[in-house]
Amino acid sequence: MCLGIPGQVKEIYESGGVRMGIVDFAGITKEICLAYVPEIMVGDYTIVHVGFAITQLDEDSAQESLRLFAEMGVLEEELRAAE
Amino acid sequence: MKYLDEFRNPELAQRLFDEIRGVTTRPWAIMEVCGGQTHSIIRNGIDQLLPAEIELIHGPGCPVCVTPLELIDKALVIASQPNVIFCSFGDMLRVPGSSKDLFRVKSEGNDVRIVYSPLDAVKLAQANPTREVVFFGIGFETTAPANAMAVHQAQQLGLRNFSMLVSHVLVPPAITAILESPANRVQAFLAAGHVCSVMGTWAYEPLVERYRVPIVVTGFEPLDVLEGIRRTVLQLERGEAQLENAYTRAVNRAGNLPAQQMLADIFEVTDRGWRGIGVIPNSGWRLRAAYRDFDAETRFAVQNIHTEESALCHSGEVLRGLLKPNQCPAFGKACTPRTPLGATMVSSEGACAAYYQYGRFVQREDSAVYA
Ligand code: SF4
Repeated sequence: MCLGIPGQVKEIYESGGVRMGIVDFAGITKEICLAYVPEIMVGDYTIVHVGFAITQLDEDSAQESLRLFAEMGVLEEELRAAE
Repeated sequence: MKYLDEFRNPELAQRLFDEIRGVTTRPWAIMEVCGGQTHSIIRNGIDQLLPAEIELIHGPGCPVCVTPLELIDKALVIASQPNVIFCSFGDMLRVPGSSKDLFRVKSEGNDVRIVYSPLDAVKLAQANPTREVVFFGIGFETTAPANAMAVHQAQQLGLRNFSMLVSHVLVPPAITAILESPANRVQAFLAAGHVCSVMGTWAYEPLVERYRVPIVVTGFEPLDVLEGIRRTVLQLERGEAQLENAYTRAVNRAGNLPAQQMLADIFEVTDRGWRGIGVIPNSGWRLRAAYRDFDAETRFAVQNIHTEESALCHSGEVLRGLLKPNQCPAFGKACTPRTPLGATMVSSEGACAAYYQYGRFVQREDSAVYA
């Protein structure tokens, strides 16, 4: 549960006063809280942990990490949602 | 060398290994604090490809592993109450309590749910106003901002049926405890990258100075880990003790200030028991008094917990770096990921699970003699 997965911000909006957004992880999209990365913009990459963006990341490193996580087979596991 | 071609850049990996081999003149014991790094090391055989002088000691940085047994038992009691929806990260369901695990509680017909984010639990509380929704808020500094936001949101929404069973742990006090221990063999640390993404690196500066110990902030991918080890060995061989950041693409000195602000609003520092290790002073966070209404321990007043660890499990020694998982007599026999005796066999970040998953049933032949 402790890995941070990089993804690309696709959409940003407010929900109940909190900055939220849609983030794409190599094809899997999820709603993510963006409150802790106030300067992030659509198209930027970020590291996401348990539904929260914790830091920005450049595109090249993000793509490399994603490829690796997919190979390790941990992408699905980290992103699995409520049943 | 069969693992080398699994690195995304085998030539670079080879260069890093060569350089490490070239500078190593003596035995060194380096601890990777984070379980994610342990996983990466064992998966890629980094420990086996390094010169035999370099021993990697696996640290206590697996939140699932160190959550105290008493709290797991409390979770089991709360989750068994009829009106409760108990929410947790998936890894926690198989963690053995004194008599069973959350998975068992669920199969007994109780409402135990895996959520991806603590905000999912807040949503469940909104959608189920007549039920008590309890979230198992565990983790290191990386996870804490998410749990803090969930409490903040629940308060903003005026939710009276949401609470959190909090067991947050902090890395710098754990490093201090390891260094203060008379049995300590660790000479340098790889610090956990994403913990530092949130908290910055400044909290490690006093540790480096006080204990004259090299600390290198390191990422999780095999090449990141290797680079962290290279920089650590260089420092050790030169007799230096510095704080270095080998993960600058995601970490700076200050860390994530909005997250730190939220953490300071919601949590305060407290002593915390670590499973298998014991109480470490000032090593955790609990909810501030202003948020006690959201504290599941207050709301459910679970008393008279009698905890009992498996007599066979040596996870405490594994977590303190005194024993490698495959030196535990139960490893791979009585204890497997399907039948875990200890929490370190459950989570993929647990050292025992990593050793099992990647077939480490015996030690490397030229391995150093362990104390
Ligand atoms: S192998 Fe199992 S029994 Fe042995 S220390 Fe690890 S978790 Fe405990």
